[in-house]
Amino acid sequence: MIVGEQKTIAEIKEIIAPYSRVLVLGCGTCVKTCFAGGEDEVATLTSALRLAYNKDAKQISLEEFTVERQCEDEFIQEASAAISRNDAVLSLACGAGVQAIAKRFYKVPVLPGVNTTFIGMLEKHGLFTEECLGCGDCKLAVFGGICPIARCSKKLLNGPCGGSQNGTCEVDPETECAWQIIIERLTSLKQLDNLKKYIAPKDWRSSNAGGPRKLVREDHII
Amino acid sequence: MNNGSYSRLQQVLSKGDFAVTAECGPPRGTDAGIIQKKCSLLKDCVDAVNVTDNQTAIVRMSSIAACVHLLQNGIEPVMQMVTRDRNRIALQSDIMGAFSLGITNILCLTGDHQSFGSQPDALNVFDIDSMNLIHALRDMRDSGTDMSGYKLSEPPKMFIGAAANPFADPFEYRVLRLAKKIDAGVDFIQTQCVYNTKRFWEWIKMARDEGLAEKVHIIAGVTPLKSAAMAKYMAGKVAGMDVPDEIIKRMEGVPKKKAAEEGIKICLETISFLREISDVHGVHIMAIEWEEKVQEIVEAAGLLPRPQLT
Repeated sequence: MIVGEQKTIAEIKEIIAPYSRVLVLGCGTCVKTCFAGGEDEVATLTSALRLAYNKDAKQISLEEFTVERQCEDEFIQEASAAISRNDAVLSLACGAGVQAIAKRFYKVPVLPGVNTTFIGMLEKHGLFTEECLGCGDCKLAVFGGICPIARCSKKLLNGPCGGSQNGTCEVDPETECAWQIIIERLTSLKQLDNLKKYIAPKDWRSSNAGGPRKLVREDHII
Repeated sequence: MNNGSYSRLQQVLSKGDFAVTAECGPPRGTDAGIIQKKCSLLKDCVDAVNVTDNQTAIVRMSSIAACVHLLQNGIEPVMQMVTRDRNRIALQSDIMGAFSLGITNILCLTGDHQSFGSQPDALNVFDIDSMNLIHALRDMRDSGTDMSGYKLSEPPKMFIGAAANPFADPFEYRVLRLAKKIDAGVDFIQTQCVYNTKRFWEWIKMARDEGLAEKVHIIAGVTPLKSAAMAKYMAGKVAGMDVPDEIIKRMEGVPKKKAAEEGIKICLETISFLREISDVHGVHIMAIEWEEKVQEIVEAAGLLPRPQLT
């Protein structure tokens, strides 16, 4: 899923300061799962903002609404009426959702309420970890299902570096060394020979280094 | 191993002499006088001097420029180059530029992560890793082509080095990684500082058993300790460093003003241990901001005078 984290109340207040009527717009997909922008978070944030504004004796109208997915036009349309009643939208979706709203409602200011962080997974309750950079050319078959591009701090394809100690990364002792896991996993799969091969420089054209990407599915074009 | 390069270090190693290299960190500024001073301390007591490339991700004078200052002071540099800050376009371009300026040795590194440095807010590059850089250099030198396959006019004839850390984990994989570096085209290896001689010996033995030691010149790293505090700092805070307790205890066991002397004594004992290993072809003395001690160490180790080459 796309993992995101809600911005602080202070930053959100600063972002919405120029507006008097703001729609707090949630998204019921990824950001709901990571507790950043689903219906519940929209309600909690709105209450917190109201409390803060009461304390500041500031008048601001906040309206709540949540759609199933902010990155799909079909779902965004459901928010049309609410959007037209307000001066601005505070979107609690990921960056794709914020931009989808901006594209659909080009006269309405759309403000991000969430920092989109990474493509990851829920490792355990309260812990999300980055697993994929979306580089567009998946080589997980070689690395035993563990991605060195996303999970090694230096993106090493022929790792590990000299800073791997006791299974942790030199950058942060709380972070596992991806290469330690790759080696352990390939050893248990009896595929350690994969790592004897030289891995040539990565062709980054499939990543966003090649510019903004598009995926065309001819079979789905109506 | 290649014989087409113009490196003095390569000639020393090829002759079978025990090589001695040292290290010079460029200044955090533009004062070439600092480098000249370091050069005067290192001249004639080592075969070549490594010039670090923004080590620990702290911004300093560029490695290439500092290497040229070394050349002007009569010292052969080993240019360190990290893949942290430059993509493949910049790396190849700088390699050609460096060779055109007379730099004939290169040490290929991935580099310390920028989070350790003075500007942790920087974006890193890591377009390619050190293994890819070694490969690219070998292709440039031996096939005369850049990474796109384009035929270069006057390719860079560099003597290609890389680092190895016998003390990092996972230990069993370290030799496999060395094998990959050799296959990629490395001519010499400079290792992380040796304090744990037992583990270093195990690593050399594994390299020997795999038939690797004969394919590459292994230059073992040493760093003289200045104090017990330094020993503890290196043991606890420096990534990939292995300083055994017995070394720390030895440093703690002498009065403070005798600590530096003890550190040099340990360093000399390590050098003599390393010289006994036939697969170790040299020693790399990393006297961090303590260049004035290099000559003393080299002399006391019986490694002076350095071989004169024709």
